[in-house]
Amino acid sequence: MSIHDWFKRKKLQKETEYTRERLDIPGDLWVKCYKCGQPIYAKDLAANLKVCPKCNYHFKLTSAERLAQLFTDNSFKEINAGLTSRNFLEFTDTKDYSRRIEESILKSGLNDALVTGLGKLGGLEVAAGIMDFSFMGGSMGSVVGEKFARLVEAAREKKCPVIVFSTSGGARMQESIMSLMQMAKTSAALGRLRENRLPYLSVLADPTTGGVSASFAMLGDVNLAEPGALIGFAGPRVIEQTIRQKLPPGFQRSEFLRDHGMVDIVCERRFLRETLIKLLRFFKD
Amino acid sequence: MAKPDKNGKKRLLGFEKPLLELYDKLEKLKALSGSGSLDMDEEIRLMEKRIEAARQEIFAGLDPIQIVQVARFIERPNVREYAGLIFDDFIELHGDRNFADDPALLTGLARLDGRSVAVIGHQKGHTTKENLAHNHAMANPEGYRKALRVMRLAERYGKPVISFIDTPGAYPGLGAEERGQAEAIAKNLREMAELTVPFISVITGEGGSGGALGIGMGNRVLMMEFSIYSVISPEGCASILFRDAARAGDAAVAMKITAKDLLGLKVIDEIIKEPVGGAHNDPPLAAKNIKAALLRHLAPLLSLSQRELIADRYNKYRKMGIYNEGR
Repeated sequence: MSIHDWFKRKKLQKETEYTRERLDIPGDLWVKCYKCGQPIYAKDLAANLKVCPKCNYHFKLTSAERLAQLFTDNSFKEINAGLTSRNFLEFTDTKDYSRRIEESILKSGLNDALVTGLGKLGGLEVAAGIMDFSFMGGSMGSVVGEKFARLVEAAREKKCPVIVFSTSGGARMQESIMSLMQMAKTSAALGRLRENRLPYLSVLADPTTGGVSASFAMLGDVNLAEPGALIGFAGPRVIEQTIRQKLPPGFQRSEFLRDHGMVDIVCERRFLRETLIKLLRFFKD
Repeated sequence: MAKPDKNGKKRLLGFEKPLLELYDKLEKLKALSGSGSLDMDEEIRLMEKRIEAARQEIFAGLDPIQIVQVARFIERPNVREYAGLIFDDFIELHGDRNFADDPALLTGLARLDGRSVAVIGHQKGHTTKENLAHNHAMANPEGYRKALRVMRLAERYGKPVISFIDTPGAYPGLGAEERGQAEAIAKNLREMAELTVPFISVITGEGGSGGALGIGMGNRVLMMEFSIYSVISPEGCASILFRDAARAGDAAVAMKITAKDLLGLKVIDEIIKEPVGGAHNDPPLAAKNIKAALLRHLAPLLSLSQRELIADRYNKYRKMGIYNEGR
């Protein structure tokens, strides 16, 4: 192996990330795994729930993919789909927030970073929320908080459990203090759910950090995590800068959180649906 | 930023520089007067008045990033000092009963105008040594768990809870992550919403994101005139969103982090007036203002039932958020 190969390999890895994003575009017959770099036939990857058959890397799922994997009977009915974010602070960073919202809607085909609705899992009614990282990094602003609170209210009305799939970089900074207040709002909503003795299952997907991890994502009666997901309060870079030392391998990954008592189950995607159903049945009896 | 003044006692903020010259003159007058040759009392009095007037003028026109400087000022009174000035018989309680005692977060019991209350607050220091000892008021999970323990203790005996917020944020460290910083804060949020006793939060300095909110879900949230409350520091916002760390000033404006801004957004309930030149210029007066505000807001809460208190708090946070309803 010559020194040139080293550079080649780096180039390939970059492409990998690129192809990963374009996964749904027809013509991308082959996908390279983000982790192991092995080529995977796109159809095989889809059939394997978007998990690398070779190294078990769990690719990120869009909310639509998650819904399709979960509600195989198409029983999911979305609620509060019309809510959209507003640039109430007239916030502009490198781009106007209103424009950012519009572009994200166009790009993702979603109105915001959380899809909520009611459906049936294993014959049991559930209120489900699925976050979508492709909408502004799954960040939580007023819409995510409001939809979450309404989802919990719907569950209390229907007397059914709540399942939420989190994937988020944290609070939506463009909404400043109002995004912080969503942590209070969503956690308070879960307090009420608890009073009604309705179960809440929290599934943490890659990545779940910041304001979402420090509110509803960590408050499950049972916390589940997909393997290898980055989960934490502060981002690894911030921690490295603070403590001025390298972080140990596996730090802030699902397995690390399980070993430190923060996550109940690290669950592979292929077992996720049946595990959730098992849990639902446990609480139902 | 902070400069010791001539008599070595008072440190000034960067933007108070114009006062240095006046302080200089005051010192000279005092020296002259002290030498006994001339009676300078009248001149000294006038000079002190001039300084006061100049300070008043400076503080009347602070922009957000200057308010950030006041909020973070090392001379600013900290929770232990406020606890001594506002309450009687403060007794500190230590430890979360699980792992450790977190010196970044002070908890205790005290009496407010004769009434028993629990006191919780982030602890800053006035020197580097003190700040290191208190981890710059950046609490670890055990700090949030200690706070919750004391809130629960207060609840068990029907005593109101008063929290004082002054932190750059929850500590982003390795151990903090291992011990579940996210879980500790999340749990506090859920449990604070369910507290059956009156709960008032006062932001006295820096209201740094989840670390602030983690003890800050009061029925009423009050803010000192020169304090800030924000989801991320202006510096952090500038470097992440503006991709230019030097634009913290712009970020401070854009994020609406001052007491005035937040009252406008109805995130807080009242602004507590500070002495001229900020709370550090007259801590007893600042404490007096806080105490008056606490008593005023506590009175109506005391007449609410447990259920009403929870509903009051729930409705307060349930309403937070601005969005389009759509179809």
